[in-house]
Amino acid sequence: MGQKTAKPTPYDPDNPLYKLSDEQLAGIAREFDALHDQVFGELGEVDARYIRSMITFHRRLALASRAVLLFSRYKPAWLLGTAGLGIAKILENMEIGHNVMHGQWDWMNDPNIHSSTWDWDTASPAAAWKHSHNYVHHTYTNVIGKDKDVGYEIMRVDARQKWHPVYLAQPLYNIVLMAFFEWGVALHDLDFEAIRKGRKSKKQLVDEFKAIGQKARRQVLKDYLVHPALAGRKGFKSTLLANFTANIIRNVWSHAIIFCGHFPDQTFMFTEEEVADESRGAWYVRQLIGAANIEGGPLFHVMAGNLSFQVEHHLFPDMPSSRYQEIAPKVREICERYGLPYNTGPLGKQWGAVQRTILRLAFPGGGPRPKPGPHTEPPEVKARREASRDKVPAFP
Amino acid sequence: MVERGAVPALSRVHRVVRRLGRVLTSPLLPDDYFALLRPDWSARESTGTVTEVRRQRGGAVTIVVDPHFRWPGHRPGQYLRIGLEINGIRHWRAYTITSDPDHPGGLVSITVKRTEGGKVSPFLNESLQPGRRVFLGEVEGEFTLPVPLPAKALFLSAGSGVTPVMAMLRELERERALHDVLHIHSARDKNDVIFGTMLRRMAERNPGYRLCEVHTATEERFSPASLDERCPDWRERQVFLSGPRKMIDAVTGHFDGAGVGDNLHVERFQPVIGTGGGEGAGGSVRFRVSDGRAECESGVSILVGGERAGVTLPYGCRMGICHSCVGRLRDGAVRDLRTGAVTVADGQMVRTCVSAPDGEIEIDL
Repeated sequence: MGQKTAKPTPYDPDNPLYKLSDEQLAGIAREFDALHDQVFGELGEVDARYIRSMITFHRRLALASRAVLLFSRYKPAWLLGTAGLGIAKILENMEIGHNVMHGQWDWMNDPNIHSSTWDWDTASPAAAWKHSHNYVHHTYTNVIGKDKDVGYEIMRVDARQKWHPVYLAQPLYNIVLMAFFEWGVALHDLDFEAIRKGRKSKKQLVDEFKAIGQKARRQVLKDYLVHPALAGRKGFKSTLLANFTANIIRNVWSHAIIFCGHFPDQTFMFTEEEVADESRGAWYVRQLIGAANIEGGPLFHVMAGNLSFQVEHHLFPDMPSSRYQEIAPKVREICERYGLPYNTGPLGKQWGAVQRTILRLAFPGGGPRPKPGPHTEPPEVKARREASRDKVPAFP
Repeated sequence: MVERGAVPALSRVHRVVRRLGRVLTSPLLPDDYFALLRPDWSARESTGTVTEVRRQRGGAVTIVVDPHFRWPGHRPGQYLRIGLEINGIRHWRAYTITSDPDHPGGLVSITVKRTEGGKVSPFLNESLQPGRRVFLGEVEGEFTLPVPLPAKALFLSAGSGVTPVMAMLRELERERALHDVLHIHSARDKNDVIFGTMLRRMAERNPGYRLCEVHTATEERFSPASLDERCPDWRERQVFLSGPRKMIDAVTGHFDGAGVGDNLHVERFQPVIGTGGGEGAGGSVRFRVSDGRAECESGVSILVGGERAGVTLPYGCRMGICHSCVGRLRDGAVRDLRTGAVTVADGQMVRTCVSAPDGEIEIDL
């Protein structure tokens, strides 16, 4: 393996990026590109039906929950309606909104399920989020200083971020962020650094603030005024509280899933120096080792918007989320062949690791966390994969 | 941005319900919830149901559509952009409207010839079944009968170019204006003439309409030089021309050479524009989403300028038809390269393929 001398000294000597030769990186690029093209060649009716039935299910659930909440002054109705609305909002934001706005369903050419027209049931206006997420975060993933999602400009999640006394409070304001995540994301999309450095015209800033204001007005009006009013004088307060709770449920859940995507111990962060003149293969490797999956059943994956396949999502952000589970074994197999890690773990473990990091790095110092090392396929997974390969399909 | 169906004409009540209902459904529309009960209750875009699929001679098919919203009307000879889903993907195409305007049942039809190796026309000809939902775009096209109707007319058509001609002839017949019309149509043989039976019957009952078929399997291909013999007074007639590119070029050249090019009506799509030259001083564009910047010289469209500067932008037909390239203009003024008109259009959607910046602009792309 040709160790490259031109590369800067790695901060983390375990970083597998430095153990790969140019030929291997080219091979990785070729294999991942091929996997992408294979899936895109197969997309069709079945995939279209998936997203459409998901959207229909969300609308039915939202409608039914809102209807039940008209009677929210009765406790069982309150519980049922709040749970339903919370689940509906989670599905709408994660499996539908996030993925549609990524352009995962643009290939359908349906103007009503398209990244250029979609808006979601959360505080962020679509345009600003698409810039900060699709462009900034997915291009500069885990590059400290470039990827504004590394700590969201308010938290220290890597020891290389310079410490500041403000970070002492981060365990506290992380809890606030958890509860009001949608508003945090909306403000974060403004990109305060770009504003400070004068990269945005005054007109653009005014437009962006206006867009946030308009979106916020609509969201607040809907959840905290009009729907409660429909529940009548006696039901107003309980419906308002139900909607507020549903929003909190969604916020806490999406915060958990998203923080588990990049900040568990397993993931690697990079400096700008490390990613200068990066090849396509190295880009794939950075996406691969900069993200971490969460293990769970099919229902969990849907509720996580398939961001529990964060690794697959970062490799192929524009691939329909319903395909991630299917390609996961192939991604694992590529990882194993090139001696790369495949980051994954149960929700509790991943979430715990994130909280530990947020606590530890509130204080000065800190260093790299232990890494899992090259991926080896668990024997039972391997056996299953090989069995499915040789299986003769059942007739008919 | 992606092409979508036309904005349906809605009643006042419907419009008010939609606007007020949005408070409850934001960011969705009330339509999205109505559609849970019946898909055609969504007024997000114009749609229709295919009610009949009628095979025609000459490898063509007439598709009858029942629009879900009030049909905006069309003039014979115009075309419709129609979208339909094949294997989960929506495709848009433009086809001539062959139904009469003001059909008593509100029905609309298009006639489509099968193109070898195509995606949509083979599907329409072979697999389309009644009951399918289609998306209806704008009615477009300037290839129509002039007002007042011409006293003497000559129609020159070939192949599927007969479809707009058929629509115009029916209009002339309805208006009892088939006084002196000669129609020269080329097709491979008698059975290959789309609408052959209808045209022949029309000729039988209207002495003022003469149909002259040129069957290229057995006779020489039509050439404009033969007009002196077939139609000695061709210089005095209003001429309507519809056929393959080669035929259009030959006939146009012949008429221009004789100095009577003004009498010619042609289905002419816009030539590709926006690559430079023309009016206006140009300007600079800032692409807010892609974080790019481009300088556009005089006559260079936003799309071409952006692409030259290395910005990846959506595009489609590149002639102002399909709306695939639109972006929201945020600051400044744009010039329409087709008409030269300048508009200060803050917050409006502009087609980047036919719009050039007029000074500094910012766009959400």
